[in-house]
Amino acid sequence: MQKQDIKMVVIGGSAGSLPVVMSLLEALPEIFSFTVVIVIHRSKNVFSEMDKLLSHIRHVQNVHEPDDKEPILAQRVYLAPQNYHLLIEPNKTFSLDYSEPISFSRPSIDVTFESVAQVYAQQAVGILLSGANTDGTKGVSEVIRKGGIGIVQDPATAEYPIMPHAALLQNQSALCLPTSHITTFLKQLNDNI
Amino acid sequence: MDIGYRLTDVELDEIIQLILQKYGYDFRNYARTSLTRRIARCMNIANLKTLYELKYNLINEPSFFTWFLETLTVNVTEMFRDPLFYKDLREKVLPALASYPIIKIWHAGCATGEEVFSMSILLHEAGLLNRTKLYATDLNPANLERARKGIISMEQTKEYTINYIQSGGKNDFSVYYTAHYQSAIIRKEFRSNILFAQHNLAVDQVFNEFQLICCRNVMIYFNRELQNHVFKLFYNSLSPKGYLAVGIKESLLFTDVKEQFESVSAATRIYRRKN
Repeated sequence: MQKQDIKMVVIGGSAGSLPVVMSLLEALPEIFSFTVVIVIHRSKNVFSEMDKLLSHIRHVQNVHEPDDKEPILAQRVYLAPQNYHLLIEPNKTFSLDYSEPISFSRPSIDVTFESVAQVYAQQAVGILLSGANTDGTKGVSEVIRKGGIGIVQDPATAEYPIMPHAALLQNQSALCLPTSHITTFLKQLNDNI
Repeated sequence: MDIGYRLTDVELDEIIQLILQKYGYDFRNYARTSLTRRIARCMNIANLKTLYELKYNLINEPSFFTWFLETLTVNVTEMFRDPLFYKDLREKVLPALASYPIIKIWHAGCATGEEVFSMSILLHEAGLLNRTKLYATDLNPANLERARKGIISMEQTKEYTINYIQSGGKNDFSVYYTAHYQSAIIRKEFRSNILFAQHNLAVDQVFNEFQLICCRNVMIYFNRELQNHVFKLFYNSLSPKGYLAVGIKESLLFTDVKEQFESVSAATRIYRRKN
């Protein structure tokens, strides 16, 4: 894989993805040069402390649900808020969208991945994890189509293989990696600075 | 999600200009990413493949524009969305409003009315509804037409009931609506104090003075410039010490008016005009 100047790592997951997200965050070094955005399907209108839960992970301080129009900073981990789609504006700010759920999901992984691809192009990495639906397939396609790197969790290692499996079927050039290799990939990303 | 045809920046500007000149709706200061996405969605539904087809329809088919406007703007809403927000209204805002002989509340960007109906229920339970006038405005005439009928989705009433209970509601939620085939209709007495009217936040002016303005998840579709404009409009439309409620992921922090408001509830984004 050629070296690329990666500015944005977007991670999408659904059922069974939370433990993987946690191990990816644990693998992040103390200093990293990119931004991490996590989109996980969650129930709406139910009090959730997922941001606090993820914030307890070593090294990563304050996993934060961004407000609308908040500037995107490097070396931060953001979590898509419940019950909104998370978009990225060309001026590198977040914007939220409360339009119809897509594939029964809001936040939709496809929407955020596509928006990341549009703004970050070859500076983007999209990582799709375990899940029991097909959200994220088109998002991974868009990341790759714009020159970014698409990574899909090896369905054999996923608690729910449907989502990664669907994404791999549509995206031959996505990298299919077990969790341990994805963490290695993230560590090496940082070595490339 | 079919991604559909995505306008380039230049093409988006052409469409915005066309709509402004022909129909007078100003989308220049909308957030571009979501606007591009919404246009792609419209083109997808209408099966339009090219910029030319979109322009042709916008120029030659006024009925297409009516549909386009309805489909472009986000009209999604729920009753008692973010139950903790409604709990804060009950506990922190309504007791203060009770001191006014007549209470005026503005729901700006009311979509199909679910939030203003929720407010009406809160006011009723606080014993304030009979001396409150609710103004609910939206850009989209089709939304207002639906809102005036008081129709809510029957399949969502179960979820609304849960939200209502979480907001501190003590009644049986079903007393507030009448089931009618696939729909539920909010009972007339909870709608009779609501005036629905068209108002465009991007261009229209102050039209009254309010003790509370709710504008939740509307300004997320605007850019910073238009957000600032609307915040000033709200400031000028509030009585001294009047309340402003925005969506729970919206903030006054980066706006021009942040010094003119104080926070009433940080978690549920309720603010108060200083004087």
